[in-house]
Amino acid sequence: MSIDTVEIAAKTPDDEQPWAELGLKPDEYQRIRDILGRRPTTAELAMYSVMWSEHCSYKSSKVHLRRFGDLPPSEALLVGIGENAGVVDVGDGYAVTFKVESHNHPSYVEPYQGAATGVGGIVRDILTMGARPIAVMDSLRFGRADAPDTARVLPGVVAGVGGYGNCLGLPNIGGELLFDDCYAGNPLVNALCVGVMRHEDVRLAKAEGLGNKVILFGARTGGDGIGGVSVLASETFDEHGPAKRPSVQVGDPFTEKLLIEACLEIFAADLVTGIQDLGGAGLSCATSELASAGTGGMHVDLDVVPLRDSTLTPAEILMSESQERMCAIVEPAKVEAFLAVCRKWDVLATVIGEVTDGDRLTVDWHGERIVDVPPRTVAHEGPVYERPMARPRDLDALQADDAANLPRPTTPEELQAHWLAVVASPDGADKTWVTEQYDRYVRGNTVLAQPDDAGVVRIDEDSSRGIALALDGNARFARLDPYAGTQLNLAEAYRNVAVSGATPLAVTNCLNFGSPEEPEVMWQFAEAVRGLADGCRELGLPVTGGNVSLYNQTGDVAINPTPVIGVLGVHEDVRRRIPTGWRAGGETVLLLGETRPEFGGSAWASVVHGHLGGRPPAVDLAAERRLGELLAGLPGLVTSAHDLADGGLAQTLAESALRHGVGARLTLGADPFTTLFSESAARAVVTTTDPAAVRAAAERAGVAVTDLGTTGGDALVVDGVLELGLAELRAAWTATLPALFGTPEATVGAVPPS
Amino acid sequence: MRIGVLTFPGSLDDVDAARAVRLAGGEPVALWHADHDLKDVDAVVLPGGFSYGDYLRAGAIAARAPLMREVVDRAHGGMPVLGICNGFQVLCEAGLLPGALTRNSHLHFRNRDQALRIERADTAWTASYAAGQEIVVPVKNGEGRYVGSPEDLDRLEGEGRVAIRYVGGNPNGSSRDIAGVTSENGRVVGLMPHPEHAVEALTGPSTDGLGFFSSVLQGVLA
Repeated sequence: MSIDTVEIAAKTPDDEQPWAELGLKPDEYQRIRDILGRRPTTAELAMYSVMWSEHCSYKSSKVHLRRFGDLPPSEALLVGIGENAGVVDVGDGYAVTFKVESHNHPSYVEPYQGAATGVGGIVRDILTMGARPIAVMDSLRFGRADAPDTARVLPGVVAGVGGYGNCLGLPNIGGELLFDDCYAGNPLVNALCVGVMRHEDVRLAKAEGLGNKVILFGARTGGDGIGGVSVLASETFDEHGPAKRPSVQVGDPFTEKLLIEACLEIFAADLVTGIQDLGGAGLSCATSELASAGTGGMHVDLDVVPLRDSTLTPAEILMSESQERMCAIVEPAKVEAFLAVCRKWDVLATVIGEVTDGDRLTVDWHGERIVDVPPRTVAHEGPVYERPMARPRDLDALQADDAANLPRPTTPEELQAHWLAVVASPDGADKTWVTEQYDRYVRGNTVLAQPDDAGVVRIDEDSSRGIALALDGNARFARLDPYAGTQLNLAEAYRNVAVSGATPLAVTNCLNFGSPEEPEVMWQFAEAVRGLADGCRELGLPVTGGNVSLYNQTGDVAINPTPVIGVLGVHEDVRRRIPTGWRAGGETVLLLGETRPEFGGSAWASVVHGHLGGRPPAVDLAAERRLGELLAGLPGLVTSAHDLADGGLAQTLAESALRHGVGARLTLGADPFTTLFSESAARAVVTTTDPAAVRAAAERAGVAVTDLGTTGGDALVVDGVLELGLAELRAAWTATLPALFGTPEATVGAVPPS
Repeated sequence: MRIGVLTFPGSLDDVDAARAVRLAGGEPVALWHADHDLKDVDAVVLPGGFSYGDYLRAGAIAARAPLMREVVDRAHGGMPVLGICNGFQVLCEAGLLPGALTRNSHLHFRNRDQALRIERADTAWTASYAAGQEIVVPVKNGEGRYVGSPEDLDRLEGEGRVAIRYVGGNPNGSSRDIAGVTSENGRVVGLMPHPEHAVEALTGPSTDGLGFFSSVLQGVLA
């Protein structure tokens, strides 16, 4: 095998190079030549191609994402955007880091491994900050629930999320599962991880200290995931293209579990000066980012990297996205102690290089120089595009097609049928089929998990301090108005955290869109970012980081813009958390917030009429804030709280009642249809044994209160209108997903006599 | 009372087992698979998880870990040992308990709150319960289906060694709804469900699981 070296490259400027196949544009290739003053070597070309991919460089989104950096400084933010994940002060000396990342394209190509390694990747991001990962969540979207390809993709994705997270020992505390035609060729798999540490334990990814060693540890490097970020995540799927399965990584959660424990022991003994995980773009990313963030240069001897496949070329080793690998910068005096911890955990660790003076990243292969680049040009100074933007041509017509004009139920029977239809729709239905495949109990600190509105985890067993997390991303609203839709998603996640009794503290996001090369998609993206930034400013919350996934489209059909927003809240005492389900009869059911006739993008319009049009509900973040502050003061006064979102009051009442099998007798006013199916924001349902006190508190907070009725019985009874038995409701709600994806009931087979 | 919690590479519920021991009033002692030191413990819990990634067969590699030699020796001498989930699999692989745990019949990992009946309230780990008492604790496994040949199962039933049974639904296809079994002398118990996840009202479906840990403390004290 002949190796392309720096020396050869300098002598052969006219050699043809496969830059287009690696996903680079002509001007990008020329820029690499300009930076280096020669053609890149094969290995350098590989590094630039993966690091300058959309996935790693954010080249189309960067100019917009700057808005998050312009938000007013937050006292809670210890580490902001730019590191592997943001870090937030949650009190008592604890810091929490959390982030969502997409693994959409790999999950379509290879559902199990794509989803599994999505979990693995985000967990390593959190670990890299110095934190112990404590929980995961997943936000999933698929094509129509009854489409044949959904039956291929969904079970694999769910098994992959579960298989990896369960084996790591991380409780899955919630997420989303939604269906829409627009995701048929582009399912979305967004995984969140949250970790906790003490303030003083925060770690950063930079290579400092001349002579410090670069140690690669974890799994061996194999041929999996080569070009995952460039040929997979940064291009639109094409029906006729080659199979891309080799670009999907293969996960080994057992190795990752060992890596977690080894890292935490290494952190505790203060053995590293910098650390970075190997995710997208593998070693190319880890070495160039560490070197770029530090003050000196870095040298790596690539031939000592432990391989799974000895035939890999240097370029492939640099691009491989083999999972469960980390890279650390370690002082020479601490190397032996570092390696000893790795030995204890059976983690392979190899010194592959060191921090040098100067400002170059150099890589040798058996003594020959194959990479010699300024690391910043690889990691942080990639191309930046101001892509053209255009408001979608169909948006005016879409917004004019008002859902308020749709035929409404005219009889109590129809009203009841619509109620059942929304609750039994794949989006509204019971998600147990999925969540039963996830471990929610491991580590013993899960206080609330799906189907509660937010996941709540205790972080200190003595003080009972804890956190709450919610992920929300209504793409119908975002399609109708990406600015308002994104704010509504922010509002929903904020509300979900607030109804658990927590105080919202910080925001993360995973922005899933179509191709940035389409001006209409770029406009949606810019509007979504602007909406989120403005929303966070109004709510007084920092954006701690995020992830952008573009090219979610097949041919020229993009997904609905899907900004998934995560909100983190803090519980000073998780014992005061508020659950969503009704437990007892005789309690007063109160609706907090105002209901307006708002049906644009609603579940009712979608489920009953297959309609998407009009305007999304009005955004009133001041009202969200008032509601949140009211709820934060209510623990002790309310016995349950459940937010209103997709499916409106109809969905919320059903879920609250079915949780523990407690019904209610309700009065829904002159227009029960609007009361049940409107999706006005800033609302929640609470139950209480002291309605006067809740009313008084709401009045002081400036939140409208409507008395809906009293809990009890085995039906949801709307006085004078209908009576929906809980048995019938439960049957409809629970039947949907098993009917679609199989009923995993246990069968007891006989073992043949021995 | 010192109750050891043995951690293998890939053990996950060791923190939970230690917490349960502590809440029951015992002193949890961390044990490491690669040592040959049981640290003077009075009993041992093998926790849940995926030791060695469940590669080869669940529990097969862990059963051959260095410290398991001491555990097996002491168990033969009467030291109480509890295996939970992966720990149960390890005990079966180590020959301390009969039978085998195989892939759930429906092939899914399943996590749910599960009703159980305590069939034997006279083992080292179930003495706090009444025979026939029903409890609710989480079950969560992918390979929790207890199997044995009909003759072996008949013999176990005859000897009264089915210690815990699933009621109100069988989560994984286990033969005869068997959730847990005991050694002949009642000192070694293994079960797939997770009593250590039902020790606090805040985080579990009940506090029914505490009885396993208080049982052994009473027994050791007696």
